[in-house]
Amino acid sequence: MEHIISVTVENKFGVLSRVAGLFSGRGFNIESLSVAPTLDPSMSQMTIVTSGDDRIVEQIVKQLNKLIDVIKVVDLNESEFVSRETALIKVHTKSEDRAEALRIADIFRANVIDSTPSTYTIEVTGDPKKIEAIINLLQPLGIKELIRTGRVAIAREAIRPAVSQPKKVARE
Amino acid sequence: MKLTGSEILIECLKREGVKTIFALPGGVVLKIFDMLHQQTDIEVVLTRHEQGAGHMAEGYAKATGKAGVCLVTSGPGMTNVITALADAYMDSVPLVCFSGQVSTSLIGNDAFQEADNIGLSRPCTKYNFLVKDVNDLATTIKEAFYIATTGRPGPVLVDIPKDVSMAKAEFTYPSSVAIRGYNPTYEGNKWQIKQAAEAIMKAKKPILYVGGGVVFSGASKELLELAEMTQIPVDMTLMGLGAFPGEHTQSMGMMGMHGTYCANMAVHYSDLVIAVGARFDDRVTGKVSEFCPYAKVIHIDIDPTSIRKNINVDIPIVGDCKSVLRELNQILKATVNGDQRELRKPWWDQIREWQQAHPLAYQQEPEGAIKPQHVVKRLYELTKDRDPIISTDVGQHQMWTAQYFKLAKPNRWLTSGGLGTMGFGFPAAMGAQAAFRNRLVLCVAGDGSVQMNMQEMATAVVSKLPVKVIILNNRFHGMVRQWQDLFYEGRYASSYLDTTPDFVKLAEAYGAVGLRANKVTDLDAVLKEAIATDKPVVVDVPTYPYENCYPMIPAGGCNHEMILEDPPELKRRMAGAPSTGSNEDKDTILTA
Ligand SMILES: Cc1cc2nc3c(=O)[nH]c(=O)nc-3n(C[C@H](O)[C@H](O)[C@H](O)COP(=O)(O)OP(=O)(O)OC[C@H]3O[C@@H](n4cnc5c(N)ncnc54)[C@H](O)[C@@H]3O)c2cc1C
Ligand SMILES: Cc1ncc(C[n+]2csc(CCOP(=O)(O)OP(=O)(O)O)c2C)c(N)n1
Ligand SMILES: [Mg+2]
Repeated sequence: MEHIISVTVENKFGVLSRVAGLFSGRGFNIESLSVAPTLDPSMSQMTIVTSGDDRIVEQIVKQLNKLIDVIKVVDLNESEFVSRETALIKVHTKSEDRAEALRIADIFRANVIDSTPSTYTIEVTGDPKKIEAIINLLQPLGIKELIRTGRVAIAREAIRPAVSQPKKVARE
Repeated sequence: MKLTGSEILIECLKREGVKTIFALPGGVVLKIFDMLHQQTDIEVVLTRHEQGAGHMAEGYAKATGKAGVCLVTSGPGMTNVITALADAYMDSVPLVCFSGQVSTSLIGNDAFQEADNIGLSRPCTKYNFLVKDVNDLATTIKEAFYIATTGRPGPVLVDIPKDVSMAKAEFTYPSSVAIRGYNPTYEGNKWQIKQAAEAIMKAKKPILYVGGGVVFSGASKELLELAEMTQIPVDMTLMGLGAFPGEHTQSMGMMGMHGTYCANMAVHYSDLVIAVGARFDDRVTGKVSEFCPYAKVIHIDIDPTSIRKNINVDIPIVGDCKSVLRELNQILKATVNGDQRELRKPWWDQIREWQQAHPLAYQQEPEGAIKPQHVVKRLYELTKDRDPIISTDVGQHQMWTAQYFKLAKPNRWLTSGGLGTMGFGFPAAMGAQAAFRNRLVLCVAGDGSVQMNMQEMATAVVSKLPVKVIILNNRFHGMVRQWQDLFYEGRYASSYLDTTPDFVKLAEAYGAVGLRANKVTDLDAVLKEAIATDKPVVVDVPTYPYENCYPMIPAGGCNHEMILEDPPELKRRMAGAPSTGSNEDKDTILTA
């Protein structure tokens, strides 16, 4: 099953390779990984989309927690969460297709962020289904380039408390 | 006062109580060596290869329970020590390795003897640091020792660029460490411990499955108390040997692939497995899906990833063995009533039956070739009063030593379990000897393994580390030959080692003492002479080359389905084999 794991890490040189090395070394899947600093610039937030049965996901969470640069690990699947992904799609647009491209963008509340006589670059944000859908519709026009950010996710403000495995701050 | 990075390093080592380091110099660490040369608090054991330095640090650590320290140069120094780091990582040995690095301005330029030490060591260290600023050095070293020795111990690498070792900074040693992402759990969950106590009270056929964690945790006393109070039999892993007295009536000896019949039957048929500081390695579980099929499992381990990694656990307890066992004992003390011996009698009757059915056994003909088990047994009997430290290499001789050399106490047993590193034994013994100059330190080696770090004989002689190396010389990679005899129809592909070198002459060439026992009747005298010698000694013991190590659970097999002796077809095949494996038998061996 697919799991989205939110990992708070030290914002330090080499941390990404420790996390990536953990996944490759132990044969865990990474579908996508996104990382950026948090409000506190000494920390970064990673969102990792992975998959595996319960035993494997339990190991992934534990192994991540074991990394010394990892401060907190939350398996978002344990509670309600929202996730978003952004895609930048460069479509070929022959003159007769330009209106169609705009119409599709409009339906998905996507923005055209760059335009040339023969292309539009469309920015769209949403859950994976939405991204897939717009890609499917744009494909007949001819997609020249497609860049996806991978997902970021956040727990919904708890109706029931999120189950997390936070690490305590060291005593000594 | 401002100190150079090199001086800071030395000051930090002193503050960590380090008395001995194992090291080999090179360009980028010369400043550090120069400073080490000008002080006397820390002894530098110069090794002949960085792998030797790493294993010596491991031996030192295993015998003392403190972090072992080694120091190597950049590039090839670093790549040479990797095997030891990987070994320490697999066996949870606390180690701090300092590596030299090219100057910070050159990093990434393919500079002379540059290697990505951090990248190379990442998968085989608990943590690693590149120190880019001399002002961070002291804190980094403090953290390195803290990480190496707390929680589940392991190796930590500190990579020091040349300019950092020369630059100056104000020295202050931090008194404490705070790493927000690292805070191991020592106290077990009280509710879970209560559950465990209840399960123990209910169990009819419980078994303790004891691993290396008990040794690291120093929990032998608590374990003994638990076992005696509840009259539960004790199985040990290879790494757990010594955690419980090997001669104790409740000791089943080693479990797993080459464990005793009784230890494996007991765990297979038990109704409650109490795993303490053990990690359900595949050498122990055999076929995972059929490991202890009738049992509930309690698992006490400081590392949450060990729990439920390989098998399902009913009562997980994350915590330090010592603290958890103490609490458990307290609860049990209040609840245990009646005579546990009486209560457990049916289980013990069964166990004694298994013990009698297939005890460890070998046949030593008085005139025949020396049997390897016999050497270990005699070595044990001749030295047990001296409370020796004993190391092994990897192979059949390792398993026989595990079976026949009963350990009374922890921290006497140095062996490579997880990585199974041939060449570990001899340097590890030297590391222990460096920590305990006056103790008897033995190494049972294989003729194959010992050649992987033979160069350290020079270190033993020069640094006066009088270890006694007993080579069970079967002229084979015996463990490989055994598998070939059992599973590859006796085709000895690259397992025959021939009769060279002459280990006695080799020892003498190094300035050590070389002895040989040619006949069973010589054995005791030669071993006694070795033990009485105040120098490094190599005892070459030519042994019967075709002896196989049993019991054996074939890889992926079930624990109650052990091979107990050579199968009939192998016996038939071996009927014509030469019995002594002496020089003259060479051709016969190769065509066998
Ligand atoms: C040729 C060969 C044959 C082998 N055959 C066998 C065999 O027949 N039988 C056998 O048992 N092994 C055998 N081994 C060794 C095997 O590969 C493993 O190394 C061994 O079984 C692991 O032992 P362990 O479970 O005690 O774990 P260790 O590797 O000692 O790990 C210790 C465990 O304790 C935990 N721990 C550490 N500190 C603490 C603490 N303070 N408190 C609580 N928990 C702690 C750790 O997290 C870890 O899970 C063989 C190896 C070789 C090379
Ligand atoms: C570095 C390394 N290379 C290869 C192996 C595979 N291996 C395991 S046991 C063994 C044979 C060991 O021979 P020896 O040291 O003579 O011991 P014996 O089994 O004969 O007692 C080999 C090659 C290993 N464990 N380590
Ligand atoms: Mg051999």
